[in-house]
Amino acid sequence: MSPAMDGMRSAPATRNTRLDLAELTLRQVNETLQKAEAGDFVITHPRGAHALGAGLMSPIGVSIEGHVGYYCGGMNQHANIVINGNAGTGVAENMMSGRVHVKGDASQSAGATGCGGLLVIDGNASARLGISLRGLDIVVKGSIGHMAAFMAQAGNIVVLGDAGDALGDSIYEARLFVRGKVASLGTDCIAKEMREEHRVLLRGLLDAAGIGPEVDVAEFTRYGSARTLYHFHIDNLGSY
Amino acid sequence: MCGIVGLFLKDKALEPELGRLTAAMLHEMCGRGPDSAGFAVYGTGTGGASKICAVKRLATLDWQDVTARLARATGSKVTCETIEDHAVLRIEGDGAKARTWLIENVPEATVLSEGEAIEIYKGVGDPDAISARLRLASFSGTHAIGHTRMATESAVTIAGSHPFSTGRDTCLVHNGSLSNHNRLRETLRRHGERFQTENDTEVAAGYLSWRMRSGDTLEQALEHALDDLDGFYTFVVGTRDGFAVLRDPVACKPAVMAETDEWVAFGSEFRALAALPGIDGARIWEPAPATVYAWTRS
Repeated sequence: MSPAMDGMRSAPATRNTRLDLAELTLRQVNETLQKAEAGDFVITHPRGAHALGAGLMSPIGVSIEGHVGYYCGGMNQHANIVINGNAGTGVAENMMSGRVHVKGDASQSAGATGCGGLLVIDGNASARLGISLRGLDIVVKGSIGHMAAFMAQAGNIVVLGDAGDALGDSIYEARLFVRGKVASLGTDCIAKEMREEHRVLLRGLLDAAGIGPEVDVAEFTRYGSARTLYHFHIDNLGSY
Repeated sequence: MCGIVGLFLKDKALEPELGRLTAAMLHEMCGRGPDSAGFAVYGTGTGGASKICAVKRLATLDWQDVTARLARATGSKVTCETIEDHAVLRIEGDGAKARTWLIENVPEATVLSEGEAIEIYKGVGDPDAISARLRLASFSGTHAIGHTRMATESAVTIAGSHPFSTGRDTCLVHNGSLSNHNRLRETLRRHGERFQTENDTEVAAGYLSWRMRSGDTLEQALEHALDDLDGFYTFVVGTRDGFAVLRDPVACKPAVMAETDEWVAFGSEFRALAALPGIDGARIWEPAPATVYAWTRS
């Protein structure tokens, strides 16, 4: 590590510390972010790098100026990460807390297995969004691909656009709110009544994602588990 | 795993840069496929003659001898240019017949491609070393497709390296694995397709060649592939004037595309596209499952 990098590590919380991936290695950038306890960072020239800003554990701010590769913001705790571009496979996968905001599109498995925090995707997300979700909230302003929320256990997914095939296949207790069309529902996923508690929850999620009252919660349909696959039943053999 | 790159130029001014840009893209995909690599480059046409690319399987093979035998067997004028262990045989006659003759009579070589514009080169080992050894950066042309391989389905050999080509000026690279290739290979053999390996991807290449030989456009051939090919795949396909991408309906294998007024590009990951000129202003998207994307040079 260069003397400049050592100096940066021990420096007090700063605003907009610039880390340029055209000059620093990915490992140098990630070590700096992982060791920082406070401050704001701007990452330049990401050029599709993998695992950028993965494993962060402090309430720092990270702004990434460009497109990222796989697993950006994975396992995030407390950090607020903004990607000013598209994200590859597994953005914010297994996220625990904090916030990840993708300004462009996200590839497959966005937010997979996420336990907590908020993932906001301004564009579209492709296949397998929020599979095995365990408490993370996801808000997608565009549309999502097939197999979203497969076996999702807890947490909420809000989609302003359309959803692809097999939405919520084998879903447990996660809640899905879709404003547009759903190509098809997966096994044991059904449309459900929107009660007042769900309207309040959905409004809160939209607010958290910075979406104003121009988006009306009344336009959404709630989907969730029919709870017929929870226990083995011989009549469901074909669905297991 | 495997890595795929593809670059289809719309701007003629970029044609001298094709090889350099493709080599830079392929470099980024080394980690996805460190076993072997290959590339297809579509250059300027030969004005009716055929180019056959082949690579030695046996180091003692003498290309001059092969050239003379091919000329005698076909009664055509044949010239030969060598690059490392590869040869480009240029024949003033029926290229398909010459390809078949080579496959049947020169077992010491693997025939890689036949056509007016296509040249395919392959090697085993580090993709960067292969593209340096075979001088990929020096090629000019209209479009190129490259592949880095992490073998899953068959052995790490030149025979298992991509791109695969069984038909004139047509090639295919594949990330994934097919599950119905053995039966399909037999069907295609009965339709006259000639295979050189037991590889699943070669069957997909043969399938597309057969469909297009039977009258399909590239798009139609790929639409039929959705019905007839079973397995996981992201394909990038090249023809004399065309370039296409297809992902299977489950779409496990990664793909990202970008387009500007100057080019269309494919990468298994965005980092393969990150160094292309004008990428900051490009339209970038992930190709949807079971959807044919095709471009044709007008």
